[in-house]
Amino acid sequence: MTAPSELLTTRNGEAVALEKIPRHDLAAFQRIASGAVEGGQRVASFFGYDAGELGGIDLLMVLANDEDGQLNILSTSIEGNSFPSMTPDCNQVHLFEREIAEQFGVRPEGHPWLKPVRYQASWRPGRDAWNRPGNQPIVPGSGDFYRVEGDEIHEVAVGPVHAGVIEPGHFRFQCHGEHVFHLEIALGYQHRGVEKALVEQPAKRALHYAENLCGDTAIGHSTAYCQVVEALSGCRKTVRAQALRGIALEFERLANHIGDLGALSGDAGFLPTASYCGRIRGDFLNMTAVLCGNRFGRGMLRPGGAGYDLDDAGIEDLLTRLEAGEKDAASAIELLFDTPSVLARFEGIGLLPADVCRELGIVGPAARAAGLERDVRHDHPSGIYRFAQLPLPTWNSGDVFGRAFVRWLEIKHSITFIRDQLHALPAGDVRAVTGPLKPGHLAVSLIEGWRGELCHVALTDAQGKFRRYKVTDPSFHNWAGLAYALRDQQISDFPLCNKSFNLSYCGHDL
Amino acid sequence: MFDILQARIHQKHRTIRFPDAPPPPVPDRFRGRPEIDTARCVEGCRACAEACPTNAVAIADGKLPVIDLGRCIFCNDCVQACPQEAIAHSTDYRLAVREHENLVLEPADALVLAEELGKKMKRLLGRSLKLRVVSAGGCGACEADVNVLGTVGWDLGRFGIQYVASPRHADGLLITGPVTQNMKAALLDTYAAMPEPKVVIAVGSCAISGGPFIDHAEVNNGVDSVLPVDLYIPGCPPHPLTILDGLLRLLGRVDDYKTTV
Repeated sequence: MTAPSELLTTRNGEAVALEKIPRHDLAAFQRIASGAVEGGQRVASFFGYDAGELGGIDLLMVLANDEDGQLNILSTSIEGNSFPSMTPDCNQVHLFEREIAEQFGVRPEGHPWLKPVRYQASWRPGRDAWNRPGNQPIVPGSGDFYRVEGDEIHEVAVGPVHAGVIEPGHFRFQCHGEHVFHLEIALGYQHRGVEKALVEQPAKRALHYAENLCGDTAIGHSTAYCQVVEALSGCRKTVRAQALRGIALEFERLANHIGDLGALSGDAGFLPTASYCGRIRGDFLNMTAVLCGNRFGRGMLRPGGAGYDLDDAGIEDLLTRLEAGEKDAASAIELLFDTPSVLARFEGIGLLPADVCRELGIVGPAARAAGLERDVRHDHPSGIYRFAQLPLPTWNSGDVFGRAFVRWLEIKHSITFIRDQLHALPAGDVRAVTGPLKPGHLAVSLIEGWRGELCHVALTDAQGKFRRYKVTDPSFHNWAGLAYALRDQQISDFPLCNKSFNLSYCGHDL
Repeated sequence: MFDILQARIHQKHRTIRFPDAPPPPVPDRFRGRPEIDTARCVEGCRACAEACPTNAVAIADGKLPVIDLGRCIFCNDCVQACPQEAIAHSTDYRLAVREHENLVLEPADALVLAEELGKKMKRLLGRSLKLRVVSAGGCGACEADVNVLGTVGWDLGRFGIQYVASPRHADGLLITGPVTQNMKAALLDTYAAMPEPKVVIAVGSCAISGGPFIDHAEVNNGVDSVLPVDLYIPGCPPHPLTILDGLLRLLGRVDDYKTTV
């Protein structure tokens, strides 16, 4: 256990003054953080920011205590060009440390696999963790990959351009015949500089960055962004707005889960469900468009509430569509789980057990499929989820089947949630006024997107402008889980394993 | 087996009849082509231009607002900012054009919709267009609505259009995203790997202008900064109908269409 003064305790969607955040020397910071993780807390976010006139960088960590619904914050500072890596003691920070190295040109010494995350230039010109010459472009996917040596070992390289209509990424398999010993994933092809732009570009673009961070999670990320702004401006949104946001977030979950179950079915070679779900996904996207005019929920969220209200005719329309969508989804998906040839392809494939999930900080359905009760809506509820609880389904197999089946259970609960909310939509306005942001404050916002935890952290400067904006998409945590799940699998099972996670490239690359 | 048949009966045949029949209705709140009733504009007012996150609305001194549909992300910010309620989104989904400059609309201009390919190209590709899709920084939304055209609801295959797995099999490149610096080389390699003649289609405001990421150092401002583009399909993302309409216009597969709106 850690003494209270070592950590600042806050909650999801609350703002705290920066000066109240405990600052430790690096050794104490790492000891406290490792101890908290050993005690069951999770690294929700860990990032650097410019220390200001002193010229060094500060590091800030947000630890999630899922059991108590608390967020614990601590900070430290780094001087010089390197610091001792914490990864050997705490695997959860492995990618966060690589990110800090890349963004700020400081080297975590002793990091077991210190490679760039996104192949971007350092934010501090002249400082580079790999001493690359500043006048040459950084080539994505360059550098050494983990290699297995042996006479009959071969390497399979896939991407960045893939066969399907999907985003780019590079996959490097170490194989012996069909057998995969190791998979390394190199991303960054989608990097658009969003975190930096959220600080440097005009504020009118901020909401649109949130909506375009990751297109299939527009509602999730824009809710997280709005929650940050509301926390920092002390805005109280209406219950009606909260309910509408919850409805939109669950529609987003439904469309994606249904689409993915169809795609999983296709990858297992079972075409009926693949065909039906492709269409039914569209029906759910169209329900989001009834809400806000856009199939991906753009325009639905506004700081202070929602961009659109729903009248009685709209509610009726959505209830009718929801009922039809529910029947179609049940028909298509029950067929999937009743088909032995599909189950034979799903069961025991792509194992990601609970202890590995804990160690890597895996979030979302991938963690729940391994039996972890981990869900922001349940552990750190905000908005409507404080008043309306969804059941938290888990499975205990940690395989492709588990990840598929948990999603089917979530589909049913989300439909029930939306129906309940539509039947009892609270009265009132949908949008409150947001004032200026408090200067010198920090706010953490967690949302359970359909892939898992979205974490936005914003720090304001003395003028109340963003000084640092940190986005952590669930994919940032979970790509390592996919790589792990491929170990000792057949390479031909990669599409199935990949789709069972369906992680975001742009959400990771930012 | 019985379950499969039962589900098949339940799910029915759902492919849309479009373009032989009217398209499925777009939602009431659908944000199609933005329209400005300039009669309501007040001299000196710049509210729409100032609200626009991508500078898609521009007002030269003493002039009326000009909208660049290639930059527009169809977000509603200008509509809400306008004190005169002069801006509204129509529900017209038809937006695709052949020339970049046709995307910039002066108040009196009609939108010149995409014309069909030239005679030789139409003879080659008009009945069979194989497309390689490359996401070059796309957020996944354009990709999703490109993908949806391949589902049973839209059945792109009935027009002879198909997404293929290799540039060697492709007649055209369909590109989404602003073309990140990190995808530029892979995109150019893919283009070079396609046999001639080839067409390039830019889908979404990112691929046309950089969209929300316009002028970031990490991106090129759209496809035509690195490759010649034959068809521009605006939207953020474009509705599947907008994309289908653009593809069918390019192939000259819908004769009775109006060419300006």
